[in-house]
Amino acid sequence: MSGPISLTHNKYYSWCRDNLFSSWINGIITILSIYFIYEVSSFILNWTIFEADFVTNFRGERIIDRTFCSKNIEPGQHGACWAIIIVRFHQFIYGFYPVEEAWRVNLVYGLLPFALVGIFFDNLPFRKYFIYFTFLFPFIGYFLLYGGIGLDAVGTSKWGGLLVTLFLGVTGILLAFPLSIILALGRRSKMPVIKTICVIFIEFIRGVPLITLLFTANVMLPLFLPEGVRPDNLLRALVGVTLFQSAYMAEAIRGGLQAIPKGQLEAAQSLGLTYWQSTRKIILPQALKISIPPIVNTCIGLFKDTSLVLIIGLFDLLGVGRAAVADIDWAKLHYEVYVFISLIFFIFCFLMSRYSLYLEKKLKTDNSN
Amino acid sequence: MKQGIITLEHVNKWFGDFHVLKDINLSVSKKERIVVCGPSGSGKSTMIRCINRLEEHQEGKIVVDGIELTGNLKNIDSVRKEVGMVFQQFNLFPHLSVKENITLAPIWVKKMPKAEAEELAMRQLEIVKIPEQANKYPGQLSGGQQQRVAIARSLAMNPNIMLFDEPTSALDPEMIKEVLDVMVDLAEGGMTMIVVTHEMGFAKTVADRMVFMDEGKIVEEASPDKFFNNPESDRTKLFLSQILHQ
Ligand SMILES: Nc1ncnc2c1ncn2[C@@H]1O[C@H](COP(=O)(O)OP(=O)(O)O)[C@@H](O)[C@H]1O
Ligand SMILES: [Mg+2]
Repeated sequence: MSGPISLTHNKYYSWCRDNLFSSWINGIITILSIYFIYEVSSFILNWTIFEADFVTNFRGERIIDRTFCSKNIEPGQHGACWAIIIVRFHQFIYGFYPVEEAWRVNLVYGLLPFALVGIFFDNLPFRKYFIYFTFLFPFIGYFLLYGGIGLDAVGTSKWGGLLVTLFLGVTGILLAFPLSIILALGRRSKMPVIKTICVIFIEFIRGVPLITLLFTANVMLPLFLPEGVRPDNLLRALVGVTLFQSAYMAEAIRGGLQAIPKGQLEAAQSLGLTYWQSTRKIILPQALKISIPPIVNTCIGLFKDTSLVLIIGLFDLLGVGRAAVADIDWAKLHYEVYVFISLIFFIFCFLMSRYSLYLEKKLKTDNSN
Repeated sequence: MKQGIITLEHVNKWFGDFHVLKDINLSVSKKERIVVCGPSGSGKSTMIRCINRLEEHQEGKIVVDGIELTGNLKNIDSVRKEVGMVFQQFNLFPHLSVKENITLAPIWVKKMPKAEAEELAMRQLEIVKIPEQANKYPGQLSGGQQQRVAIARSLAMNPNIMLFDEPTSALDPEMIKEVLDVMVDLAEGGMTMIVVTHEMGFAKTVADRMVFMDEGKIVEEASPDKFFNNPESDRTKLFLSQILHQ
């Protein structure tokens, strides 16, 4: 019985000796680092969980405003006061969406994964049907969120919080995708006019900050539309976000296109395939596959950048957070609000980043056989 | 000049300032097998790539089966339907299986029903002797097998003319024969072929005519017998002595 245990013990022991205590200096650094990690993590855990308030304070009273927070009663003794998040949870997730209609948003959140799996995993059983659903989803989602036939209409001015963040992120990325393919192909076109238009578009958009684009879309869009048609703010932001994302995605895709050997197109053409057939059947499938990791990177960037829409008066997750911080009843709870928002952004971005790593690994094994 | 299935008359081509093809004249008649050789950089690939318009010539006239190659896209399409091409680097589509590589063009260009195209693909794979590889991906095959798939893929479009650009140069020596055997079968079946190759054994058995190129010009054109035993130009002699003694 003791054999295998002492063996693993020895293995850990020698690993520690070789890597952590190989010299005096290394040993001191190791001990200091362990102390540092201990201090930081115990502080974080205490602040976020063990000494924190959730629904009630340390006296057992229900927290209804900032004066009930333990840390405001006994300064220096207590951790975070999460009650602000709990009380305003609806706002963080739905904005000003009517409470009794919130199930519609939940349904959309619940359906979203089904709309995405088909795109993300090519070895999924019944993938074809998932992809059909992906194409249907924008219509279902729009109907559920906005309302119409049979459902009460909920104007986009009532949308907010995570709903706006996800709406801009997901819709922006989905709309930007086809646009970016056209831009990337156009940039490599032999036709000078098309090429110039695409180059100017991409370089212009990459050359200005997203905020400028959002302002521009906000101010300029109404000028291009017939008088009387006033697109709502969310739609204007969506236009800005989509254009922005399409330029970055186009560059990611162009990288993939450049990696495809010239012989692939020549082989396709010598078989009689037209330019569009070769592009669709031969070039794009290969180019997109290798550009997925950089595409996902641009998506992570965009998802975070959507928080800039608060500048044009939209209440996305960050916008709702700032409103919460500004509320006199709850003032000075910045840390709680920003930590919570960061955590939500982190979860989504982390998932995307893991997905991109998964793909990189998968691509490597795909190509090596 | 006698009328052939392929004629090149006074063809000139430049890459920028570089004069790559200099007054090329060549006529190939139906079922004729031409072997083109010459030093690297002499313009062999460029010449045959002009025949299916992978490269554009600037001067002169190229006519394939009665269709002149000009900027006219319809003409280019019709010529590409007549002419199959096999490349040094195989250029198989790595994301498609062997069978899909072969059925792609029949399905999309000829609008052939899928089942019929698959049957056709299997027949072509029998011809190149690797039907058992149908469901593999190019990356799983040896170089010789890949090149045979590339030949099958071209043949599936039922071309009248086949162009080969150094089809065995990228292969390990032990795989060269399996590809050449397929090409010999093809030649015996009456295919019109232009083959750029330095496989002189193949040239001697198959070629009706040898074409020797150097520095963008056709230097010598002769029957294999005359070309190998009694070449006229000094450059041909030099080239042959180099290639036969390496
Ligand atoms: N796309 C191109 N642009 C510029 N020069 C080229 C191009 N393709 C080939 N060349 C040049 O043209 C010459 C002939 O090339 P090629 O026809 O490939 O010769 P070969 O096949 O006889 O070796 C070479 O000097 C080569 O460097
Ligand atoms: Mg060559």
